[in-house]
Amino acid sequence: MLSPRQGLLRPVGCGVEELRRRRREREAALRRARREQQLVSKRLLRDDTPEEAEGGSVASILGEAEIQQFLWLAQRGTEEKEREGALVSLRRGLQHPETQQTFIRLEGSMRTLVGLLTSNHALLQLEAARCLHELSHSEQSEVAEACLPATSYLLTYLAGHSSDLIELCLYTLGNLIVESEAGRRQLLPQGIVPALASCIQSPHLPVLEALGYALSQLLQAKEAPKKIIPSVSACSSVLASSIPQHMLRLLQPGPKLNPGVAVEFAWCLHYIICSQVNNALLITHGAVSTLGLLLLYLAGSVQSPEDAGLELLVCPVLRCLSNLLTEEAVEAEGGQVQLRDERVVVSVFILLQFLLQKHPSLLPEGLWLLNNLTANSPSICTSLLSLDLIKPLLQLLPVSNVVSVLVLTVLCNVAEKGPAYCWHLWPGPLLSSLLDTLALSDTDVVGQSLELLQLLFLYRPEAAQAFLQQSGLQALKRHEEEAQLQDRVLALQQTALHR
Amino acid sequence: MQLPPAVHARLAAGPGAAEPLPVERDPAAGAAPFRFAARLVRFPREHEFFEEGDVQRHLYLQDVLTGVAGVPERPRVPEFTCQMAGCCQVFDTLEDYEHHYHTLHRNVCSFCKRAFPSGHLLDIHILEWHDSLFQVLSERQDMYQCLVEGCTEKFKTSKDRKDHLVRHHLYPGDFRFDKPKKAKGPASPVAAMQVPTEAVGDDGDTMEVCSDHMTPPPEPVGEKRTSRHRIPSTICFGQGASRGFKSTKNKNKHQ
Repeated sequence: MLSPRQGLLRPVGCGVEELRRRRREREAALRRARREQQLVSKRLLRDDTPEEAEGGSVASILGEAEIQQFLWLAQRGTEEKEREGALVSLRRGLQHPETQQTFIRLEGSMRTLVGLLTSNHALLQLEAARCLHELSHSEQSEVAEACLPATSYLLTYLAGHSSDLIELCLYTLGNLIVESEAGRRQLLPQGIVPALASCIQSPHLPVLEALGYALSQLLQAKEAPKKIIPSVSACSSVLASSIPQHMLRLLQPGPKLNPGVAVEFAWCLHYIICSQVNNALLITHGAVSTLGLLLLYLAGSVQSPEDAGLELLVCPVLRCLSNLLTEEAVEAEGGQVQLRDERVVVSVFILLQFLLQKHPSLLPEGLWLLNNLTANSPSICTSLLSLDLIKPLLQLLPVSNVVSVLVLTVLCNVAEKGPAYCWHLWPGPLLSSLLDTLALSDTDVVGQSLELLQLLFLYRPEAAQAFLQQSGLQALKRHEEEAQLQDRVLALQQTALHR
Repeated sequence: MQLPPAVHARLAAGPGAAEPLPVERDPAAGAAPFRFAARLVRFPREHEFFEEGDVQRHLYLQDVLTGVAGVPERPRVPEFTCQMAGCCQVFDTLEDYEHHYHTLHRNVCSFCKRAFPSGHLLDIHILEWHDSLFQVLSERQDMYQCLVEGCTEKFKTSKDRKDHLVRHHLYPGDFRFDKPKKAKGPASPVAAMQVPTEAVGDDGDTMEVCSDHMTPPPEPVGEKRTSRHRIPSTICFGQGASRGFKSTKNKNKHQ
């Protein structure tokens, strides 16, 4: 999964620069897609055995006659190896968009494929499923949608026992789910949610990972908050099923935690939580407890290089916890008490350090959690001070404006609790950091700095003195003309001068 | 970002919360023109705050090429035969055998030897085809249960059930695992092949159904035989413990 079993699909003769350029292009495309709320990504399951790879290097495009011949052979061939071979050739041909188009336009082709899928010949069945999977992965909607007649069978096989087939069916379903609302409008009444709910009890890790993927696609759908997550009808509600409890079980930290599986379900949980449908229910199932323990576990593991697989869990876990903290139900279930544990805030800082090194663009997510932890908790604010975490926090200020605003907000959370807290904020590095931020031009950053200064001057008057001595007034003067800042600048100037 | 060394030790140590310092707020704090108030922040699904993380998630989905069933290469084993009575399928990987077993031998009706994709469908089949009490009860109450897991509807006849499957669950009208029970008796094998789905009534023959939908290729096929001649074509094609009747049909077909 994370060390992809087959490695990245690397076009022959591609230098590192070329790969980077392509990745940047893909990133840009994804960003555009997200802004238009059209984020669609599919997963491809491909297993080219060594023989296939050696035998015929690149699969060629198949024409209509060839496709017909392969299908006919698969159905009517006399030797099983011949029949399987025909389907394998078809499947390899279907890796090409042109072959896919030819296939779906050929009359009766999908019907034959579905017939092979439901036949009593096990290996033909599997190959037919692989053909369908290739089609489901297509970027061309008409190709993927041509697979829709097969969905009732894909769902039926989820209740079977062949983990190979189930895994394939799940990835195919996941691709079809994300493809179009038409697909989902068919799959929901066909009972995809109960099918997933029974499948989630499988002990097979590849099946679970595939299921997590399919479920994450379902939950990411635009209509999910209204039609898929809540208890609209017994057949199509995720929250009413046993899925949430199983998801949390699969997220329990410990030696049994499988990174590939956990990542998928962590994203599933995020989509459910941020849809704000019924988070109280998740909390009663122990979501805060599980996520809290998982956070500690992740902090412990990101420091060791062997556990690289768990990195991808950081983002969804941070999001889930941050959003859950805003729920009133957290207090009722003792979540607040658990999250006051100093190891939680320590974990957040370890993860912030990790994010700074590996994924600085995700720092805001960690700081968001820190804000929600500190906003209403004197205990956690005290931990920040007693564990000497203010200085590392200040080291994040130069990263970006967004990060600066969040860091300053967290510091305000601490400072607003009164003199006992501000007593620990000065003397210290805070004041000079604030003088640095005042030299910036971003109004949000400066505005938040002014808020913090007000609190500091109010609860620690000596800091105002030091501020003056360090040319604070000049720093303030820069912003006297700025409409959004003027009033606060003036107020601070007066406070500083009259203390 | 330098973390104090005590931090890592703290993580390893036991749980414990800090005794909070006393909170003492002054009403002037955050008073106009200032506006700060500590508050919990919540982001909904589509918020742009999530853009970065979402993009990274999708890059991962696009990048990952997963191998089937978790092993990079299936270990080959010396060939072995399926041990089920009447089945002569040969395998050289355990995974292929496992799939074969689960598909053809796992959910097999002990009365009529038909194989089903799941225990659920097998149970329904046994009830509806082989349970005489079912027949009696179904005259008085709705006994035909919906095939979709999670749906608790029951119907008077299998036709009513099919209508429900099509209308309510958007199932195909010719769903292959919902064959109505046919009276037993020798059906002509040749005739059965030309007739569409419903008349065949046997899950094992679902493949033959498509024969009238695919036109054979212009040239005769079969010039090149790459097969092993280990399994004579007259004996089963991995259809499991098949009935003698079916083997005859296959022999005729492959003249």
